[in-house]
Amino acid sequence: MDWINLTALWQIVVFGLIAGAGLPAVFALGLRALSLGARTQPGSGESDEIVGGNPVGMVLGGVCFLIVLASIAGGIYFIVAAS
Amino acid sequence: MNDALLVIVVVTALAFDFTNGFHDTGNAMATSIATGALGPRTAVALSGVLNLVGAFLSLSVAATIASGLVDTNLVTLTVVFAGLAGGIIWNLLTWLLGIPSSSSHALIGGVIGSTIAAAGLSGVKWQGLVSKVIIPAALSPIIAILVAATGTWLVYRLSRRVAAGARSHGFRIGQIGSASLVSLAHGTNDAQKTMGIITLALIANGTLKSGASAPFWVIVSCAIAISLGTYLGGWRVIRTLGKGLVEIESPQGMAAEFSSAAVILLSSHFGYSLSTTHVATGSILGTGIGKAGAEVRWNVAGRMATAWLFTLPAAAIVGAAAFGLAHVIGGLAGGIAVFVILAGVALAIWLASRRTPVDRKNVNAEWTGSIAPAEPTPAGV
Repeated sequence: MDWINLTALWQIVVFGLIAGAGLPAVFALGLRALSLGARTQPGSGESDEIVGGNPVGMVLGGVCFLIVLASIAGGIYFIVAAS
Repeated sequence: MNDALLVIVVVTALAFDFTNGFHDTGNAMATSIATGALGPRTAVALSGVLNLVGAFLSLSVAATIASGLVDTNLVTLTVVFAGLAGGIIWNLLTWLLGIPSSSSHALIGGVIGSTIAAAGLSGVKWQGLVSKVIIPAALSPIIAILVAATGTWLVYRLSRRVAAGARSHGFRIGQIGSASLVSLAHGTNDAQKTMGIITLALIANGTLKSGASAPFWVIVSCAIAISLGTYLGGWRVIRTLGKGLVEIESPQGMAAEFSSAAVILLSSHFGYSLSTTHVATGSILGTGIGKAGAEVRWNVAGRMATAWLFTLPAAAIVGAAAFGLAHVIGGLAGGIAVFVILAGVALAIWLASRRTPVDRKNVNAEWTGSIAPAEPTPAGV
């Protein structure tokens, strides 16, 4: 028995970064796209209105959120199927 | 006679599972409660339900919890029972102090202590302990810090042109999803540890054959116990994680939760029964590092890390003492005696917690350096 399973370790780090850091980043992109066209300027607005109203932005935002949701669903399926 | 002792062991194991639940509510929900993404009551209810669901999802950790760590041929009912006593007492003490320590380590420490007391040092598989418990425990918070810090940095970078109010609002919505995911991951990981312990007890008693998997009633009762514990909400630990360690905004909260869920689920996939607490704490710390200008209270982090170092040996000492007492008295009477003492200690710790109560009403109060928020009336400590 090895002291450290290096194969498992690098996979946890790499896939951890992709899912754990990548998905919130995609969510942030979605939020950015969704806010296109908002009247309030960054930093100055107190408004918490998320949707800016730009149609392209709304579609792009929707795609980002779908990627996040699909990845979560895929991840859960992966865990359940593996057991 | 053994069947009566078996009942005590199963009840104690479910009690441990219950403490595991409330000790760890904060791992999933602390940041969501701190940022206001979820109301405290909604948060614990949601987390409880998802822990219940998660407990049924995967069973890969249950098998590894004890088999690679101690010589299972040496494990008797009394050994399992004394180990659980060690785990419960350590969990309750750290909860009283509001320290998010690992329930898994408490359980493993307790079982190792009672095995040493029963069979000597050779009863423990030391290499298994190091490679399956200690090394993952040292690495997992570091990986979580790395992932969460990267995620936090990316999230703030990518959303810097979004108005502050909208950003906060958007990530609060996202947090509901990410916190749910951590709760689910916690259920898949932690409920299994008690399933593994009860199965071990059933094998030790001869009720099940060696190598058997957890019977269905064990899975169901463990799922319910951890879920009820989660619903109770360990407000003291939630407060430390949500308010004490880092002042958290919703983008950080979401990054922390995604990091925790990813690391826990991936490790669980590889059969590592690592501590969800270590991962969640590492993630929260990471979000403090990843955001420019965020305040990380390193003294709080240091206090936690110290508690983590003591978890295995401290729970082992209690486990060994519990085994010694049960063994000296002997048989069912010994089991009952330890059980009564355990219940008494648990009651005393609970009464002590009532002197500086932390609940859903004051869990988000300003952090003033202590677990219990400052009160207008002098607290009787």
